[in-house]
Amino acid sequence: MSLVFQNVRLCTGAFSFELDTTCKGHVTGIFGPSGAGKTTLLEIVAGLRHPEAGIVRHGDTVLTDVAAGVQLPPERRRIGYLPQDGALFPHLNVRQNLLYGRRNGTPVSRIGSLEQVCVALDITAFTERRITGLSGGERQRVALARALLAGPRLLLLDEPLASLDAGHKAAILPYLQRIRAEFGVPLLYVSHHPEEMFVVCDEILVLANGRLAAQDAPPALFERTAEPHYCLRPVCPRPLPK
Amino acid sequence: MEDILHVTLFTLGIAALSTVLIMPGGIGLAWLLARKRWPGKSLVETLVTLPLVIPPVATGLILLKLFGRHGPLGHFFAQILGVEIVFTWKAVVIATAVMSFPLLVRTARVAFEEVNPRLEQVARTLGAGPWRVFVTITLPLAVRGVLAGSVLAFARALGEFGATVMVAGYIPGETNTLSLDIYHLVQLDRDGPALGLLLISVALAFGAVWCGERLLRRRGS
Repeated sequence: MSLVFQNVRLCTGAFSFELDTTCKGHVTGIFGPSGAGKTTLLEIVAGLRHPEAGIVRHGDTVLTDVAAGVQLPPERRRIGYLPQDGALFPHLNVRQNLLYGRRNGTPVSRIGSLEQVCVALDITAFTERRITGLSGGERQRVALARALLAGPRLLLLDEPLASLDAGHKAAILPYLQRIRAEFGVPLLYVSHHPEEMFVVCDEILVLANGRLAAQDAPPALFERTAEPHYCLRPVCPRPLPK
Repeated sequence: MEDILHVTLFTLGIAALSTVLIMPGGIGLAWLLARKRWPGKSLVETLVTLPLVIPPVATGLILLKLFGRHGPLGHFFAQILGVEIVFTWKAVVIATAVMSFPLLVRTARVAFEEVNPRLEQVARTLGAGPWRVFVTITLPLAVRGVLAGSVLAFARALGEFGATVMVAGYIPGETNTLSLDIYHLVQLDRDGPALGLLLISVALAFGAVWCGERLLRRRGS
């Protein structure tokens, strides 16, 4: 993955966000305290927020170039976005949610068929169920599958495990590893928790007050910092069901 | 008896037609007010609410000036399209539409505001353009509120009197709605038939408001 932020600037009220860096990791973690600008960064990449200055480029595609007046709308970026609560459409059942990103007549996804993705994320058993009857972990897996089935070139995960308890977190993490291994979709992964980063990411950006504070591979980054909350306590991902 | 049936059906037809006519514009405006920032938004919000708070007769007078033969809109309709508006059934439709428009817009706006914007944003990232997002996400999630607003607008149109009498007058067989007939009969000291029409009016309005409240309550739950 090559995601370039070139002098990107955004101000909202008292908060200002500035970024000038390149993400090269296949799974890049965005780490930092609340209010550091993690979600802002994802929303800029997704096209949900428009920076006041700068260029955002993913591979060869210019997503935003403020000076040139380029602002690719979210539906043309092919960048999936999974917010903290999954944002499943409550009036549609699981299958209808999964197929929402399907375009007229085209294959469901270049990543895989509906069945393949359902098997990989272990949701085949409840594709006809209503959203309201799903557990937190099931919801996140459905939201993940829905984002994958739209065939994204990049997937943005905004604290996907934040609303889950420790048991559900341990159950979901292997699915994220499987997405990384099986589908090859680059990820931008936001989290408060270094242990999740350690399991999933191969590069980490640390944000503080809307600025880049550090950027490196997880072991090197966490070893060299004296900040106590960077101390790694890796969780043991629960084995996937066979 | 035949007259009662005629005036009841005419009133229902006028209320239904005016509600259908205001729905596209009312729903669109409610969405714009709920979701977008634009210059003049506060002014439009105030203008939309005005018919609720100024005397209906005053609204009727404004409509009379606008749609009268020498008014800007009346002149356009008469000279360009060859259509007379005032003192015809079309004036009744316009008066009831204007008076019920705020109820639709205000109720639908609240319904749109209650739809989580995050769902619309995620739909965009899944490849849906703004129109598809509106049709497949926003409107279905707000539909109960939009329908409740439409039913309330229909109920308001059923009972409209002040603006209608100004712009359409009382012309038997042409512009007489239930409320205009009740007023006319009371003026003639015919309280019996007036009471009959009153009961029909109350029954229709009760049914419409009851449906609207049920829709709103189900949305709340």
